[in-house]
Amino acid sequence: MAKQSEIRYLTPLSVDVKKKKYCRFKKNGIKYIDYKDPEFLKKFLNEQGKILPRRITGTSLKFQRRIAQAVKRARHIALLPYVTDLMK
Amino acid sequence: MNNYETVFILTPVLSDAQMKEAVEKFKNLLTEQGAEIVNEEDWGLRKMAYPIDKKTTGFYTFLEFNADPSVVEKLEVNFRRDERVIRFLTVKQDKFALEYAAKRRNNKGGKKQESHAQAAENVKSRKQEKAAPVETEVESNEKED
Repeated sequence: MAKQSEIRYLTPLSVDVKKKKYCRFKKNGIKYIDYKDPEFLKKFLNEQGKILPRRITGTSLKFQRRIAQAVKRARHIALLPYVTDLMK
Repeated sequence: MNNYETVFILTPVLSDAQMKEAVEKFKNLLTEQGAEIVNEEDWGLRKMAYPIDKKTTGFYTFLEFNADPSVVEKLEVNFRRDERVIRFLTVKQDKFALEYAAKRRNNKGGKKQESHAQAAENVKSRKQEKAAPVETEVESNEKED
């Protein structure tokens, strides 16, 4: 009979150390998000081509707005799709 | 006078000469209206992310110019009237866009994709000084459809 305290784990329990998210634009000092660069904008889209929320990317509100603007412009001139599957 | 940039897509059914002629037409239109063309880029025949008018490719052209707002109005009317243009987008450049556009013009010879990474690098070194300027939002003005 193994006691409660004798339980051993194969892998040491990882204590959740939350990695702090940060806004990559603030960190790198990018001031302008170019709508003409679809490859860059794809980092902020999911597989279906939807804009990822801030809670996932960690972008600040100010730059989230600018990403949204840039993505929408890129979609208009067909550099990015409005709807798609398996973009990545 | 404001700074604008415009991207327009011409139908792929045109020949190269016809395409050049169409671009020339819009450039002439701009200069006639007293606009100063700062930069012109021909992105060539590109695949579009989704079909427009049952076409999957298009000739992309990018123009930067200084002009009065009324000129943009005239340009867009002409875009709409011209059957060869299948999509266009004109954007007013705010101060960040201007900075970026200037950088883009300077390393035009290099790869386009580098621009973002390079911008980050440049500022990283500048960041050490940390002279935070007061940032005022300049709402850029977009005209769609």
